[in-house]
Amino acid sequence: MIILRYAFYRLITMLLTLLLVSALIFFIINLPPGNYLTNQIMELQATGQDAGVAKAKFLQHEYSLDRPLIEQYLIWIGAWPGPYGFSGMLQGDFGWSFEFDQPVIDIVGQALWLTILVNLAAVLFVYLVALPLGVLAAARSQTWVDYTSSFIGYLGLATPNFLLALILFYYGQKYLNLPIGGLMAPEMEGEPMSFAKVKSILLHLIIPTFVIGTSGAAAMMQRLRANMLDELDKPYVETARAKGMSPTKMLMKYPLRMALNPFVADIGNLLPSMISGSVLVSVVLGLQTIGPALLTALKSQDQFLAGFILLFVALLTLIGTMISDVLLMLLDPRIRYGERK
Amino acid sequence: MAAFLKVTDLTIGFNAPEPIIDAVNFSLNKGETLAIVGESGSGKTLSCRAILGILPQTAQIRSGQIMFNHLDQQIDLLKLSERCLRSIRGNSISMIFQEPMRSLSPLHKVGHQVAEVLELHLDWSKRKIKQAVLAKFERVGFPDPERAYRAYPFEMSGGMLQRAMIAMAMIAKPDLLIADEPTTALDVTTQAQVLGLIKDLQSETGMAVILVTHDLGVVANMADHVVVMNKGRVMERGEAKLVLGAPAHPYTQKLFAAAPTIPETSEFVPPPPHDDLILDMQDISKTYQARSASALQPAVIIKAVCDVNLKLARGKTFAVVGESGSGKSTCARIALGAELPNIGGRVLFKSQTDKTPIEVQALTHAERVGFQKQAQMVFQDPFSSLSPRMQIIDTLTEPLDIHGIGTKSERNDRALEMLEQVGLNGSMLRRYPHAFSGGQRQRLSIARALTLNPKLLVCDEPTSALDVSVQDQILDLLEEIRDARNLSYLFISHDLAVVSRIADEVAVMRRGRIVEQAPPCTLFANPKHPYTQALIAAQPEPDIHRTIDLNLVSLGAGSSTSWAEEFRFEDKNIPPLMELEPGHMVRCHG
Repeated sequence: MIILRYAFYRLITMLLTLLLVSALIFFIINLPPGNYLTNQIMELQATGQDAGVAKAKFLQHEYSLDRPLIEQYLIWIGAWPGPYGFSGMLQGDFGWSFEFDQPVIDIVGQALWLTILVNLAAVLFVYLVALPLGVLAAARSQTWVDYTSSFIGYLGLATPNFLLALILFYYGQKYLNLPIGGLMAPEMEGEPMSFAKVKSILLHLIIPTFVIGTSGAAAMMQRLRANMLDELDKPYVETARAKGMSPTKMLMKYPLRMALNPFVADIGNLLPSMISGSVLVSVVLGLQTIGPALLTALKSQDQFLAGFILLFVALLTLIGTMISDVLLMLLDPRIRYGERK
Repeated sequence: MAAFLKVTDLTIGFNAPEPIIDAVNFSLNKGETLAIVGESGSGKTLSCRAILGILPQTAQIRSGQIMFNHLDQQIDLLKLSERCLRSIRGNSISMIFQEPMRSLSPLHKVGHQVAEVLELHLDWSKRKIKQAVLAKFERVGFPDPERAYRAYPFEMSGGMLQRAMIAMAMIAKPDLLIADEPTTALDVTTQAQVLGLIKDLQSETGMAVILVTHDLGVVANMADHVVVMNKGRVMERGEAKLVLGAPAHPYTQKLFAAAPTIPETSEFVPPPPHDDLILDMQDISKTYQARSASALQPAVIIKAVCDVNLKLARGKTFAVVGESGSGKSTCARIALGAELPNIGGRVLFKSQTDKTPIEVQALTHAERVGFQKQAQMVFQDPFSSLSPRMQIIDTLTEPLDIHGIGTKSERNDRALEMLEQVGLNGSMLRRYPHAFSGGQRQRLSIARALTLNPKLLVCDEPTSALDVSVQDQILDLLEEIRDARNLSYLFISHDLAVVSRIADEVAVMRRGRIVEQAPPCTLFANPKHPYTQALIAAQPEPDIHRTIDLNLVSLGAGSSTSWAEEFRFEDKNIPPLMELEPGHMVRCHG
């Protein structure tokens, strides 16, 4: 019951935060003088192509870019009527990309799902690798297990991701016959979902997941190890030993539960850092995620496309923090009932 | 017949070649209680953990034998495999630890943690285990066992948690219970009740108990045999009657001499005249608002202090005594202006006899800085109240630096002078706190408080984190400094014996109110209030003929509605403080 109420409360605050973030994003994108269309108009006028100018002017009016900024923002989110009535984010109209000359939704549509897929895979990878390794490193601290896992971890942190990607592609192809680049075999693109397509996607996912996840996993592992080591000295561990518990069971039940808190709290931070961190990797690996599109959009001040992608990333972050907050409540009774001093 | 547990020549060391425990011998018969007494660092705790095989990883057992009579077979616990040891831990030998708050996992339900012992050692059904746990909870004194079963540790008080720990240790009906300072972290009245409980359970089940403690009073109340340890060696060993009655070893004698006791009778000393007050707290109340569970429910109001009047005469010591939660520390904070009393309360401070008093609760920022020079504080825990990253000289000169007093060399001279005044050597100035023992650190924090030459010192439990012999020295030092510099102390403590020694006037607080106030001689010779009587009765004394009267303790420390008619508190009907004889005030109906 408490959980439900809390989740509801968090949902409301999440929506408010999202609203605030949308305003921030919109105004920051518009901070540099001009926008895609004014840039274009200036360029066309300089080269004397008046026909193009007329089209750009038409677009400017069509997308209300000639109105005051605050109105533009409200029209964008759908809280103010534009030339064709209410038609913004709230109504499911994500706008037009000038750079690609297509609706935003058509450009990012499939990429969105692939982005989520790649990043979820990477997050899963981070947790699946960091959890056992971190616990093991703490339980066998200052032995070769600890040193080896730390060494590999630091290596993962220190190697640039794109370099790692290139190395893995080369050896993955050479020895394991793993595919290079893309998220599926080229002939599968545009095909309806099938078993073969899923298999192809999974095969293509292996290296990106590894590349995007390694540094996160290394950092997370070190944090978990440090947390565990702190917990291992606590008196309740001694109590558990005095009960006659076996070391492994004791480790899993008591210190690990305590050390999990920061681990869970990281979910929220992990998603955005992975998405922004994976932009470069996506470019190198040729993944059709929203990363490369975001890069292009930001460079050319393609404001609707950039705004939508940034808002989407913000949404993912908020969902991530909400999940971790609710999980923390489930995990820790002290948070659930509000610790009295 | 062979002894039930026999430890022979136990030697344990860490990385250094010198052992920490050196050839320790002791033995214990079935059903008996053995007390291991010693100060911190004496190796008493380590010896016990060796029995259970739960030593820290870096500890090495160098030699020795621990013979334990398990199912009528003599086995050497030190030679047992880890797997066999596990089946003994918690089952045949169990342990209670010092800090119940930290010895239970905060994330698991209390009942579940207790039930786990049975799950590990017996093949019982879940239902049967729960029944057993509930029965045990009832036995150790939980009014509502079902609720205790479902509670999380942070929802219980320290005393209740220690009862849960006892239930956990007793649930598998062990033959030997090792209690490592089981009551050190508890209030005196709770301590008395917990000790009584252990004793009762022991007589019911016939188990043997090893009680590790630093408190000779606890020993006198509990033990059949005593082992006195110091620096890893056994100093004296024998029947409690003999060791406590006529200690033979000089170290034991020293411990006895240092153990503070409440004087049975003493000369009548009238309370100090209240004509020159350095501190006068009038009608002090303090309420806190605790955040409620949700925005819809009203905030919970906690009354920390209610209508306290407190007068400290110049050059004297006024002690406030009470258990945790009695509001004594809040009083201290209000006296120093660290917290504001509710509207209507006044704290008057008069730095010199002929000056007009200032109102501490209404100081401007500049006035406050001036006031802070006159009133300083000595904290409870010398381990956390000194910054581990500052050299002693920096710690000692920092107050002067903040108040901009003197040149650098003058400040350094002052630090040296202070260090020598508290009995430390000037060559220690460049060291860091970790190089000092607990007693030395407390001397340092007294030195720090004195550098500004204050008139008033607020001491918040200055000796409760220290060993008895060190406590004795610190009290000597505080008395000496008070008399030499005409200081006045507001002394906060939970220990009546300490207070009886240093105070000129004592106020006993309970749940935010003063229930009795008198000079120590009157208070201890003729306590009137049931709560004061309970506190005095609960104080363990190192005399086996004067055992704790548990009835008196539970009556006075229980609910205020159970007190005799004239003292009874009810919601609105709170008796006033009546002056029964000059200087002796008791909260009672006329």
